[in-house]
Order: sequence, then structure tokens, then C-alpha cells
Amino acid sequence: MFRPTRRIARSLAFAVALLVAGAAAAQLRVEITGVGSNQFPIAIAKFQRDGQAPQEVDAIIRANLQRSGLFRLIDTGSAALPENATVAHAEWKSRGADALVVGSIARLADGRFDIRYRLYDTVKQVQLDGLSYVSTANDLRLNAHRISDRIYEKLTGDRGVFATRIAYVVQLGRNQYELQVADADGGNAQPALRSREPIISPAWSFDGTRLAYVSFETGKPVVYVHTLATGERRAVANFRGSNSAPAWSPDGKTLAVVLTRDGISQIYSIGVDGGNLRRLTNSGAIDTEPTFSPDGRYIYFTSDRGGGPQIYRMSPTGTDVQRVTFNGDYNVSPRVSPDGRQIAYVGRRDGRFQVHVMELATGQELAVTDTVMDESPSFAPNGRLLLYATEVNGRGILASASTDGRVRTRLSGPSGDVREPTWGPFTK
Amino acid sequence: MQNARILTLGLAALFVAGCATTQLEEPKPAPVTEKAAPPPAPAPAPAPVTRAEPAPQPIDPLNDPKSPLAKREVFFDFDKFDIKPEYAGLVEAHGRYLASRKDRRVVIEGNADERGSREYNLALGQKRADAVRSRLQILGASAAQIETISYGEERPRCQQHNEDCWWQNRRADIVYK
Repeated sequence: MFRPTRRIARSLAFAVALLVAGAAAAQLRVEITGVGSNQFPIAIAKFQRDGQAPQEVDAIIRANLQRSGLFRLIDTGSAALPENATVAHAEWKSRGADALVVGSIARLADGRFDIRYRLYDTVKQVQLDGLSYVSTANDLRLNAHRISDRIYEKLTGDRGVFATRIAYVVQLGRNQYELQVADADGGNAQPALRSREPIISPAWSFDGTRLAYVSFETGKPVVYVHTLATGERRAVANFRGSNSAPAWSPDGKTLAVVLTRDGISQIYSIGVDGGNLRRLTNSGAIDTEPTFSPDGRYIYFTSDRGGGPQIYRMSPTGTDVQRVTFNGDYNVSPRVSPDGRQIAYVGRRDGRFQVHVMELATGQELAVTDTVMDESPSFAPNGRLLLYATEVNGRGILASASTDGRVRTRLSGPSGDVREPTWGPFTK
Repeated sequence: MQNARILTLGLAALFVAGCATTQLEEPKPAPVTEKAAPPPAPAPAPAPVTRAEPAPQPIDPLNDPKSPLAKREVFFDFDKFDIKPEYAGLVEAHGRYLASRKDRRVVIEGNADERGSREYNLALGQKRADAVRSRLQILGASAAQIETISYGEERPRCQQHNEDCWWQNRRADIVYK
């Protein structure tokens, strides 16, 4: 069988380029379109400053908590409140704040920064948390996210996801594609790969160090694994036909992939080193979009074996196939929640493509978005939010929704179509 | 390469979460291999004297804009891969042509509109291309003549986000090589 696709591309050489400039311009802008039913009122006072810091730590914390939809910010005025001052609990309570955050940033002699923060419960009049970090200028943003995570966890009981990262693809022009990695708020975006051909289906390894994805750089879809810290990448599945839809096993040793080497799109497993290829499905219908449950017991996937695309699951060796979705005639792109109790997927109902969440125990499903061209849902590592791609005013943007559908935000870049988002795991 | 490696590591150190960028170069054209000139044809036999005019050269119908072979696009319904009756004749013409010209090769390129998932659309485009291929084979084209590929929704011909565009993108192209 001859190969139709551009042989020339096979001689591609890889080069690394400095791309620090321009990263700031690629920042995503956040817009909140829905909030939680019971917002926790919190006051985050302006941090006391000693020396110029390149990041406004308190502003980042405020934006994080507000974006979560679970907090209502109480105005604290323009004056900074010293981190070690005596707190007038009753006064803050009377201003409507059930919690108060104070802090300070001081530049140290070696150029690093000392960040101190305290969280108070103004109702019980006690300190809930207090910590100091010594941070490099580069890590100020990360530490602002870590403080946000502590506040979130103290007040909601759930682990925060502000210090996690997301990956997504931006199409900036007809032949201009970038795989980017950014903080969960869309800030600090860094390109991991630039290509003249499409990039789709990025997937995080469970330890957050590597991304698998599909690149069309040789003229056809090939699965790559890319180590983020070094930029090192290798083709893992490059068989005759199409190679796509990579999914990591929880132990990081194998990928589930979709190949057409034997005909129609079917699911295979392959070692991360490219060895040990095994066919997992044998359906004669489209089987695609595999994804492992975090406990490794199931592979969920999309199949049109019943006539239209629906979600199924099977064991990691391809046995015990069960159909999971039954509502509507188009359900695709499954993801399993971190606790394994829910799945998210895109369902088409009355012509609208929306992210749905299903409780696996009951089969109850809920559309959680207010948009109608949704794609690629992925759970935040705490299971509370879903990140997805959608289209608003003819442009591809990222959006998030809480799994109860109440909290909604949109993240849009200054230009280009943003798509294929995937939320990374908790980091240490 | 040594320089590139140093640059990568330096870059990783710069980034908070250690993230280096890989930039793919523009594809370089492959070196063109000059094919050896075909051996000189044997000297033509002298034309029979009785023939007054040269024999008319047969026109390859592939190059005839009026031939049914000039049409090389098959369109599909949403989430469907069956060849609709209005495209049966077109596909049949190509099948018969390929059966009669075993030296011809085609690539069937499957495409999908932008709605739904990119991976499912990639698989759907493949199924559309495969549907055209199996019809061509039924009509006598051989497997070796036909390659299929799917671009899913990645190469839309029409970029607007409405049905006026979507129908054009739910398409399989028969591309002669």
C-alpha cells in the first residue's frame, strides 16, 4: 500500500526556540457567568508591601476565590492591613465578612520575597491558618495559588485546584497551532509545541510531567509523548493509517490509543516506549476516545456500535463491555471523575451539544453548561469543576462549569481559537 | 544540537513549572530524485502507406471536464457515512474508471463538520472515506489503487459556523495521484 501523505514531512527536524516574549500576550481573560447558590462572604485585605513585587499576590488570591463561584468578596478599602495586626473580628463581621485574609510581602536582601498570610474566622474569632513562604520572583504566582488553595480547603473542606495546570491547543492562524500549558486561571501560559499542522487530544500523565497528544505534523495523525520539563518528545504510535486519542493508564506505563492500521478505528494499548501493542476492541464499528478511570478498573470510550455514538466501558484488557449512556442519540468524549462516581461527556440534545454529568450509580444526567457547541470536558483534580471548549460569537474559547452546573466561567484569549483543554493533576 | 540542548535546559529553569517549547520547523521539501530518462523507444515501424491520417489519440476521460469523472466530491449527512443515491453515479464512474486503468491511484480523503468531538469526527471521516473505497472496490478497483485518510474536522473547506458551511465539510474527496 503506498502512502498518500507528505513524505517530505518525515524529514522534519526539531528545533527549540526561545518563546518567553509573547507569552504574556497569550494570557486568557476570565469572565464569570454563574455563581454558587451559597457564596461564602470573605474579605481579603490588601497585602502590606515592603519593596516592589512583580506579582500582586493578594489580587491573584481574590481573583481565584471569586472565579471559583463559591466566595463573595467583601470590600476592604484601599488601605493595607498589616499581617500581624490585631483583628477587629466584630467589625469585619458587621461588614458582612465571615472570614478575613491579611498578609504581607517583603523583599529580602537576596532578591527573594517573604510572603506571610493569615486566615481568620470572624464569627468564631479564631485564626484558621497562618503561613509564610520564601519565594523567588518567578514563584510568586504559584505561591499566590497555593495560598488560595489553603483558604479554599479551610473554608470549603475540598482541596483547591488553583495551583494546578491546564493544557490546551490554540489555533492562531491557518497554519499556526500551539499546544500551551498554563496555570488553572489561564495565567502564565507557555507554549509547549508550535506546529504548522493541527494538534489535538492532549492528555496529561497522572503524575503531570508528560503530555501525550496527536500531531498532524507529518501529514497524518501520529501519537506523541512529550516531557514538559525538557521538551523531549517521541512518536509512540505511528502505524499505517491514523493514530489518535491517547489516554494514560494510571501507572503511566501504557497508553490506550485509537488506530486504523487494521481497518476501522479501534482501541489498542501500547507501551509508552512504543512496544507491546495489543488490540482491545474488535467491534467493526467506531471505537474511540478511550479514557481510564483513575482506579484503573475501566476504560470508558465512545462507540457507534449501537448505530450512533454512545459511551461504553470495558476492562483494561478489553473484556466485559457495558453500555453506559442511553439518553439521546449522540454522546461522546467521556471523562471519569477523580472519585470514579461520575462521568462527564458531551451529549447532543435538540441540536445542542452540551457537557453533561452522569451519576454512575443512578444513571441520572445533568447538562451543566449554558453553551451549545461544547467539546472536550475534563474534570478538575478535586472533581468540583469541569473545563471544556465551546464556541461563543464564532470563536473557540475555554469555559468551566461546576459539576452541579451552578458556577460558570469563560476564559478567552486575545486572538485565535482555543480548544482541546485538559485539566492536569494535583502537583506536589 | 549541543546549543539547542543547552537552550532547552536553560529555558526549563526559567519557567515556574519547567516547560520548554518545541518548535517544529517548516517541512523541507524532500530531495527530488531525478528519474532516469526512459530508454529510447524502438524506432517506430513505418506507417502503413494506406493510412492517410494519424490515428486520433484517445482522450483520458479524467481530464475531460464534461466527464462524470470531473466530479470528485461525495457529501454526507450529519453523523452519517452512507453514500446517498445522488452520489452513487459519481462513485460508480470512478470505480469503473479505476477498474479499467489499473495504473491509476487515488486517495480518498474523509472530512467532517466541526460539531461534536474531534476524535469522533476523525473516526467518522475515516468511515466516510472507507465507505467510498469499498464502493469503488465493488466496481472493480483494486485495494492497491486506493488509500484512505481522514482529516476529521481539522481541514474545513468552509470556516463559518452554520449549516451553509457544515454540509460542505461533511465530505469525502477522491484525489487522483
